[in-house]
Amino acid sequence: MREVSTEQITTAVKKMALEAAYELGDDVRAALNRGLDRETSPTGRDVINQLLENADIAKEGEFPMCQDTGLAVVFVELGQDVHIVGGDVNEAIQDGVRQGYEEGYLRKSVCHPFTRQNTGDNTPAILHFRIVPGDGIKITLAGKGGGSENMSRVMMLKPSDGKEGIKDYVVQRVKEAGPNPCPPIVVGVGIGGTFEKAALLAKEALLRPLGEANKDPELAEMESELLDRINKLGIGPAGLGGRTTALAVNVEMMPCHIASLPVAVNINCHAHRHKETAI
Amino acid sequence: MSEPIILTPPLKDEDVVGLRSGDRVLITGTIYTGRDAAHKRLVDLLHEGKPLPIDLAGQIIYFVGPTPTRPGKPIGSAGPTTSYRMDAYSPSLIQQGLKGMIGKGSRSQEVIDAMVRYRAVYFAAVGGAAALISRRIESSQIVAYEDLGPEAIRKLEVRDFPVIVVNDCEGNDLYRDGTEEYAVK
Ligand code: SF4
Repeated sequence: MREVSTEQITTAVKKMALEAAYELGDDVRAALNRGLDRETSPTGRDVINQLLENADIAKEGEFPMCQDTGLAVVFVELGQDVHIVGGDVNEAIQDGVRQGYEEGYLRKSVCHPFTRQNTGDNTPAILHFRIVPGDGIKITLAGKGGGSENMSRVMMLKPSDGKEGIKDYVVQRVKEAGPNPCPPIVVGVGIGGTFEKAALLAKEALLRPLGEANKDPELAEMESELLDRINKLGIGPAGLGGRTTALAVNVEMMPCHIASLPVAVNINCHAHRHKETAI
Repeated sequence: MSEPIILTPPLKDEDVVGLRSGDRVLITGTIYTGRDAAHKRLVDLLHEGKPLPIDLAGQIIYFVGPTPTRPGKPIGSAGPTTSYRMDAYSPSLIQQGLKGMIGKGSRSQEVIDAMVRYRAVYFAAVGGAAALISRRIESSQIVAYEDLGPEAIRKLEVRDFPVIVVNDCEGNDLYRDGTEEYAVK
């Protein structure tokens, strides 16, 4: 049994909240550069260049890359041989988020659904726990922007819609979202499970590094076909027309009920922010 | 790609009619911020027949809700917010002489019609390019509705603030036309 203190967890979460807002991942930068190479629209190229310059400025640590620094979504893989000491692990994570958003001058973007009263400290963050073998803890934090989250959907397709129906649904969703989710976007697709599991799979799909295909060759092929179809829609960078509408499509799949075919599409913007820490 | 057009508000009809959907523009001078709550208050005043706290004639409003300001900086990260939430209010302000709006995402037909009728334009700033945009903002001062916090109306002094014309006063729409142009059928 290994002991981990809540203090270690708070510190790690705080650091990730800060870094996610200021440091764009290398995989996203590389994907933007690949987009720039292929983009034929002059406006589209101008937009991608602005995004790359924006990432450089954000990295200096004074201005977060986007003013919507997001709702923090935290995934925890907790080793079953870990003993957490020093208090409530849930609170420890919320504290990390609270401190990171305050110290990093990040926008507090969480409110009461009816009154719209801001909670003032960007909590509660959304927490997802999974118990895994071993004595380590892996924590991943994603800062999820509202503009792109609003364009996401879960759909219970009919089993007869099949693979083609899934692909059409994903492409249609991106088309309807148009310029609103700040393209170039990253598309997370969750197939199977139940209503809520499909949504979670789609969100987890967004955590996979851009440019890394699914290990299942059938899904890898689906990802590249979807990316191709989405980039033919013409929406382009910032929605102003072009060939770089999505940087990647990541699909995750699991078995579902014999009567169902759940599909979730979780759209993320180019401010594709997530950080990972192992304790 | 053609050189950007330089604009300094207040804008006159002549400044606006020459702009075309797709033009790159750099704004230098004064612009105002405003989003949901401030728009609602302005339009409520108009309905009550009362004067507005700022003169909108020839001005540009930027739809933005920045991050907190660091000490010594004029403003935090200040990228555009989604514009459709202002659609219900924009036509009334355009009628008052507002000449430009900056945001991201498509506008309603009512707003597009008002822009054609009263000669105004809608610019897109690049969504998510907030740090880059903030560097082009030299000062910021609250001029109305301080109680709204991040939603207060601020007067910004900007230099080379980069935007692209989406809707011009002839009814063109770059979101629609740009997508059509690059779609592969
Ligand atoms: S969708 Fe993403 S890039 Fe666009 S404003 Fe929201 S957080 Fe920023």
